[in-house]
Amino acid sequence: MSAFLEIENLSATLRRHPLRMLRSVSLSVPAGEVHGLVGESGAGKSMIGKAVLGILPPAIGIVEGEIRLDGEDLLKMKPADRRRAIGAKAALIPQDPLTALNPSHRIGPQISDRLVDILGWERTRAKARAGELLAEVHIDDPDRVMESYPFELSGGMRQRVLIASAFAANPKLIVADEPTTALDVTVQKQILKLIREMQKRHGTAMLFVTHDLGVVSKICQSLSVLYAGKVVERASVAEFFAAPRHAYSRALLAATPKYTDPGSSLVPVDSAVIEAVAAEIAASDREWRHAG
Amino acid sequence: MAEARRLEGRSLMRRRAGPRLWLSAVWLILVALAAVFAPLVAPHDPLAQDLFAGRLPPFWAKGADPLYLLGTDSLGRDVLSRLIYGARIALTVALIAGLATAIIGSTLGLAAGYLRGWVDVVVSRAVDIWLAFPPVLFAILLIAVLGTGLWSIVIAIVVIDWTRFCRVVRAEALNQSAMDYVVSAKVAGRTRLSTMWREIAPNVLPTVCVLLTIEMGIAVIVEAILSFVNLSISTDAPTWGGMIAEGRTSIHQAWWVLVFPLAILFLTVLSFSQLGEGLKDRFDPVLR
Repeated sequence: MSAFLEIENLSATLRRHPLRMLRSVSLSVPAGEVHGLVGESGAGKSMIGKAVLGILPPAIGIVEGEIRLDGEDLLKMKPADRRRAIGAKAALIPQDPLTALNPSHRIGPQISDRLVDILGWERTRAKARAGELLAEVHIDDPDRVMESYPFELSGGMRQRVLIASAFAANPKLIVADEPTTALDVTVQKQILKLIREMQKRHGTAMLFVTHDLGVVSKICQSLSVLYAGKVVERASVAEFFAAPRHAYSRALLAATPKYTDPGSSLVPVDSAVIEAVAAEIAASDREWRHAG
Repeated sequence: MAEARRLEGRSLMRRRAGPRLWLSAVWLILVALAAVFAPLVAPHDPLAQDLFAGRLPPFWAKGADPLYLLGTDSLGRDVLSRLIYGARIALTVALIAGLATAIIGSTLGLAAGYLRGWVDVVVSRAVDIWLAFPPVLFAILLIAVLGTGLWSIVIAIVVIDWTRFCRVVRAEALNQSAMDYVVSAKVAGRTRLSTMWREIAPNVLPTVCVLLTIEMGIAVIVEAILSFVNLSISTDAPTWGGMIAEGRTSIHQAWWVLVFPLAILFLTVLSFSQLGEGLKDRFDPVLR
């Protein structure tokens, strides 16, 4: 069986400069599975998610590769068809719950509009479903929240609303772009638990962007480790945490703080490892330029 | 608990919006009522001349005629009645020109700020070129081409002032476009036009409302300026600007012919801008 999301050989560059932001990325996410994208800041984790959802910043262009969603190559579609395909099959849980809800619309319509737009439901039915979804994400008083404006809700509540709205139109794939980074630590844990619970209940495949390996071990089945826009290691979570193959992965894993041993000092990633990865990337860039 | 505090904060802010908002609103309502019911409230025909009752002072001064509360001008026309009928012209211009300017300028600004690309290039360059013209000269030029009359004034104001809305709304739309909710709308399969109207437009609306009140004040001034230089409506029609122009020539003999329309003009324009500020305090989403 082919995977629900397959990315093959995807490269993206700045439009005005042949500098590669993504370097021949390949990965696949089977239906119902959670795939983690980890790496340092600027490694291109979010960019992969954005490429899948067609929301790359205008300055960045995809120069080669395929993104197959449910077997169809998004990059070969006409823009209007791509927009509809993504809308129907995929959704986003954004990073910052403070700006991801429209400040001048009430919560209820922000969820139910998706059901109307994407599934073509009637308003009353969509509204009832929005209430159910809010209850599903453990919001105590769905009727009141539906009538609220975003500014009346806390960050954690808004993130719950965003999760409800991401799952609303039954997408088969959800891109979660560091969904807990903007929240404080106590809320983070609840939100993670909620995302995992919703993912299991709906059987949705997920691309989970994070820099936290601890989170990956709890929520993902497989992962890709990125460095400078290149996948340096792709593995199942069990394999990876038992024995990471790539030197950079090993260094990254070793750098994760260990709460079981509070006395231990933090381990930085060794510069020799970075140099080795950089050399690997330079080599692949040379090869790519020759091919291009 | 936090929720309760927030709600309380909101109602506090409502109360604090206070005197500025309602003082200006009361004045504007008064002017509007006078304009609408001018035939009922004006004690005299604004055009009726009585050369025997020329330059009568206002009611409290010596030699006043109590029939002419605010005195008469050099042709014996009742100043109060002319002020009341002048409000009709001033408010008509303010309302029509203000709304038309707001709609045209904001739509262009919204499109430029959200759609970017060539739309932005065309609109922004047009704004730059427009701003290079001195506005009053531009207005006089336009009236010279269009001919005088109420509609010419309205068109002149729209043509000159759309840039005011355009620039501000463009900047606001640019800001809003960077928000994640716009990205979410895109992921959900919304078209760009639908995103522009349904997601971004409601968020720039408060700004547009504030600008609209300011623009109405400006429209009143522009109309007065054009009347002052006799490029407004027919010469003897009662306009505030026309009255100021007449009053200026007889300032030493009859100050009231100049001072009353000036005061009314000043209060009205001030009220429009204060109304805008008051509304902003109350409805600005950033403060909300």
